[in-house]
Amino acid sequence: MAYSEKVLSHYETPRNVGSLDKDAKNVGTGIVGAPECGDVMKLQIQVDDSGKIVDAKFKTFGCGSAIASSSLATEWIKGRTLDEAMAIKNTEIVQELSLPPVKIHCSVLAEDAIKSAIHDYQEKNGLAHDHADETEHTKA
Amino acid sequence: MALKLPIYMDHNATTPVDPRVLEAMLPYFTEKFGNAASRNHPFGWEAEDGVKLARKQVGDLIGADPKEVIWTSGSTESNNLAIKGVADMYKDKGRHIITAIHEHKATLDPCKRLAKMGYDITWLEPREDGLIYADQVAEAIREDTILVTIMWANNELGTINELPEIGKVCKEKGVLLHTDATQAVGKIPVDVNSAGVDLLSGSAHKIYGPKGAGFLYVRRRKPRVRLTPIIDGGGHERGMRSGTLNVTGIIGLGKACELCRLEMAEESARLSKLRDKLDQGITSQLEHAVINGHPDRRIPQTTNISFPYVEGESMMMAIKEIAVSSGSACTSASLEPSYVLKALGLGDEIAHSSIRFGLGRFTTEEEVDYTIDKVVTAVKKLLELSPLYEMVLEGIDINAIEWGAH
Repeated sequence: MAYSEKVLSHYETPRNVGSLDKDAKNVGTGIVGAPECGDVMKLQIQVDDSGKIVDAKFKTFGCGSAIASSSLATEWIKGRTLDEAMAIKNTEIVQELSLPPVKIHCSVLAEDAIKSAIHDYQEKNGLAHDHADETEHTKA
Repeated sequence: MALKLPIYMDHNATTPVDPRVLEAMLPYFTEKFGNAASRNHPFGWEAEDGVKLARKQVGDLIGADPKEVIWTSGSTESNNLAIKGVADMYKDKGRHIITAIHEHKATLDPCKRLAKMGYDITWLEPREDGLIYADQVAEAIREDTILVTIMWANNELGTINELPEIGKVCKEKGVLLHTDATQAVGKIPVDVNSAGVDLLSGSAHKIYGPKGAGFLYVRRRKPRVRLTPIIDGGGHERGMRSGTLNVTGIIGLGKACELCRLEMAEESARLSKLRDKLDQGITSQLEHAVINGHPDRRIPQTTNISFPYVEGESMMMAIKEIAVSSGSACTSASLEPSYVLKALGLGDEIAHSSIRFGLGRFTTEEEVDYTIDKVVTAVKKLLELSPLYEMVLEGIDINAIEWGAH
């Protein structure tokens, strides 16, 4: 299968690989997927007092598209507010990376990872999480 | 000498034609173009002579009489003819067939079709080392068993099933034994008599011959095996396989068998040394890498290695300069891990990240060194990226986690 240039770029030099201290209060961690499905993503965010994401890290077990989707996700959420990050849709990732239909689940997983990390941060800090944000994934 | 990329490490899938094989074939495309079944002119006789020599070359490699060699288009056809042909010919004697769950699809699917037609199939499961043992076969044989079909060497693992012991069991019980020897012929000594084999499938393109040519060995004495043909027509091949002979392909198959017979000892010593170097080079640098299947009872040029915590498709991407076969079919729409590796009891996450390396006649030590280096670098990079590996390093049991479905 041919990968788009952007997928290859993220796969060959993934951005923001690594881990943040998952016990820190200002860090939210999301782990989504399952090994038997061939994809597991861990995405972490570090949030400052104003609610802005100042750092993001990821680790992914999965195909090139899954690695690229999570790498792109960390790039996009850095510098955004939690609300802005929450609004990122998997279809935007599909578009940016030109993912083929069989790889759409990778983008879905990346969107889930962002939301899961934000929820973890909100729970840790006693912030109500707004269920209205959990919209259905759009199938591209 | 500069290394030429990409490197071909998939010789269990197919092999290049040996130049000496091609040379033997060429005259049969042009000046010796006759139909081997034309009995009344020299064009036919010439082709028939070539075919006769090829029959002997195949027979010599597997210890068979030339008359026991039936030409086919390849092992898939040979397996179909052996399994369906025996099933139909002996149906009044019984309708029970024994095979194994990690056979090639060309055995599994004919058996499944027979099952639909009312035959009873016993599916043996390999032990953890990937082998089928004679005692398993002995236990499964019944009064109404007409055929045991167990491959000689497994195509994904390279493991060698317990032959000749399985043959001995079948002889004692008076049951016919078919073996798909596609991966064994030409790689390790194969002798139909000492192994007690009644039917044996082989293919030219796995042994540096052309694609589209194969054979089925059919025993003529003690016992004389009879088959219902699948292809009816001019009565070629003792009526078992009609159709004008693929003379060029047959000449190539014969020559390929002759070269294997003459060079096997030397070639297998060289390749098993290189294969062991590959195994050693990878497993000594990657502590989690595991060799799948029996470590010693394997054909000399094949190894299958799992890389836990690393996903198969990203692995293939990272070593794209090396042509190998992955345990998972991730590149297709289905995300099914290999049924052969699952038969060994490997978890999905490990079967997803397994690679078969198949060395061959023209593989060099430089290519093996390059492969070791590339694989080790790729796996280390992907382990850095792997959240599963991070959990393992933290002492978390990833099998104990309740993973969400998606």
